Amino acid sequence: MSKRIELKSLDVYYKAFLAVQDVSMVIEPKAITAFIGPSGCGKSTLIRTLNRMHEVIPGARVEGQLLMDGEDVYGPDVDPVRVRRQVGMVFQRPNPFPTMSIKDNVLSGYKLNNSRMSKAEAEEITEKALVGANLWNEVKDRLEKPGSGLSGGQQQRLCIARAIAVEPDVILMDEPTSALDPISTAAIEDLAVELKEQFTVVIVTHNMQQASRISDMTAFFNIAGSGLPGKLIEYDKTEKVFSNPTEQQTEDYVSGRFG
Amino acid sequence: MTDTKPKAVRRLGDIVFANLAFFAGVSILATLATVAAFLFAQSVPAFTGPPIDAASEGFFSYVLPFVFGTVYASVIGLAIATPLAVGIALYISHFANRRFAQILGYAVDLLAAIPSVVYGLWGILVLAPFLSPTFNWLNANLGWIPMFAGQVSATGRTMLTVGIVLAIMVLPIMAALIREIFLQTPRLHEEAALALGATRWEMIKMAVLPFGRPGIISAAMLGLGRALGETMAVAMVLSPSAVISFAVLTSTNSNTIAANIALQFPEAGGNYTNLLIATGLVLFAITMVVNMIARWVISRRAEFSGAN
Repeated sequence: MSKRIELKSLDVYYKAFLAVQDVSMVIEPKAITAFIGPSGCGKSTLIRTLNRMHEVIPGARVEGQLLMDGEDVYGPDVDPVRVRRQVGMVFQRPNPFPTMSIKDNVLSGYKLNNSRMSKAEAEEITEKALVGANLWNEVKDRLEKPGSGLSGGQQQRLCIARAIAVEPDVILMDEPTSALDPISTAAIEDLAVELKEQFTVVIVTHNMQQASRISDMTAFFNIAGSGLPGKLIEYDKTEKVFSNPTEQQTEDYVSGRFG
Repeated sequence: MTDTKPKAVRRLGDIVFANLAFFAGVSILATLATVAAFLFAQSVPAFTGPPIDAASEGFFSYVLPFVFGTVYASVIGLAIATPLAVGIALYISHFANRRFAQILGYAVDLLAAIPSVVYGLWGILVLAPFLSPTFNWLNANLGWIPMFAGQVSATGRTMLTVGIVLAIMVLPIMAALIREIFLQTPRLHEEAALALGATRWEMIKMAVLPFGRPGIISAAMLGLGRALGETMAVAMVLSPSAVISFAVLTSTNSNTIAANIALQFPEAGGNYTNLLIATGLVLFAITMVVNMIARWVISRRAEFSGAN
C-alpha cells in the first residue's frame, strides 16, 4: 500500500521555461520525505509532477523518468487519471468541496471508482477515513453539514480524510500547514507521522522546523537566480541535512543565513 | 452633563456616496411601486365598468388561455434553452482553446443584441418552413404523446416554433451569464477534484456545476423573464386563438399575454384598454411568483453554496 518513487534525471518545463533541472532521487515508502528550499526553487512544481497534476497547466511537461515501484508514471499508455487515483494530494489552502456535506466530501474520491456502494459501506469508509485523519470525534455528529463550516485546520484534515479514503499508495502534501495556526499545524504534523505507517508521504514545506520535526528524509532545493531552473542540491537523512550538511548552500539555508 | 461618547468622524465622500447608493436603491423600488400602482388603478374599470364584448364570460375565462399560452411557451423555450446554455457555457469556459473561446464568447454576446422583431421575422420566414417536415415526422412517430398529437399545422407557425424562437432569444444572455459563473469556479476546487483522479467531466460534475447551480437558476430566471414578456416574436409567429391546448404542432395555439396586448391595443378603446392592462397585471404577478420561487430554491441550499 505504499510505493517507492524513483526520479531519474527529471526535467520539468512550463512551455519553454525549464523550472526544475535534472532531479534524481529515490523517495522511500513508509517514510516522510520533506522538500525544502527558498520560494521559487521548484519544490511545489516538482511535487505536482509526482501525481501528474503538473500537466493540468497548459504547456507544462516533464522529461526524464518517474518510476513508482518500477512502473513508469509517464509511460505512453498510462492514464494520468489512474495515477491520481493512486496518489492522493493535499493542497496549500484547505479546499473541501463547498457544495458537499462533510460525509460527501470524504466519499467524493471513493465514488469516482465505485459508483454503487451500500449505505453501510459508505458509513464505514467515512468513519475509517475521518478516524484516520483525526477528525472523527469533532464531526461525527454533523456529517451532513457543509464542510465549509469547519475551521481551517479541520477543513485541512477533512481534505486529508478525502485523500486517504481511496486508500492511495502515496500522499503528497504541498505546504499543508502554511495557512493554519500553530495548534492546527501541530495536529496536521502528528497526523503526517501517523500516515507514514501506511503510506509514502511527501511534504513540501517552507518551515524548516517542521521538516526537521517530522521528516525522515529531506531534500534541499535551490535556485541560482530568477529565471534559472531550480536544482536538487542535497538529499539525505533529515538529521544529517540539518546537523551536518555536505553542501555549503544547504548549511547556509538551514542555519537561516538566507531564504 | 456632557456627552462622553467620542463623535464618529464623518467624511464628505462617505456621506455623498452613501446617499447616492441609497437613492439608486430607492429609485428601483419607487419605479416598481409606480408600475404596480398604475396597473392596479387602470385595471379597476375593467371590473367595474360595463361588460366588454371580448370578455363576455368574465375576466378570468378571458385571461386564462393567455396565462396558459404565456407560461407554456416560456416553459418550452426555457426547457430547450437551459441545457443548451449550460453546454455552451461549459464549452467556452472549460473545453475550447482560449482564442476560439473568446471568439465564441463575442458571438454569443452579439446574438443577445439582435432585436426581437428580427427574431420574429426569422421565425416566420426561415424557422417555420424549415421545421415543418420535422413537425410532420414528430406527429407521425410520436403522435401518441398528447403534446405532438392533432392536425399538424401546414405553415409550421406553431407553439413549438414559438418555443424554439424564444429559446434562441434567451440563449445568449443565459449562456453569457452562466459562462461568467463557470469561469469563477475556484481553481482550488477544480484541482481538488482532478487530484482525486476525476476525469474532466467528473471534475465538472464535482466542482463546476454544483458551484454554478445558483447562478444557473438566476440565469434561467432572467431568461424566463424575457420569454414571459416577449411580445414581437410571439405576435409575429403565432396566429392565435383563445384556447388552452397542450398540442404544440397544430395551428390552434393559445396566445401569450404580452403578444395579445400588443395585437389588441391599437384597436382597443374604453374599458377594453383597461381589460388589457388587467392582463398586464396578471403577467406582472406571474413574473413575481416565478422569481420568488427561484429565490426560495436558491436559499434552500444557501449553506452549501460555497459563498461562505
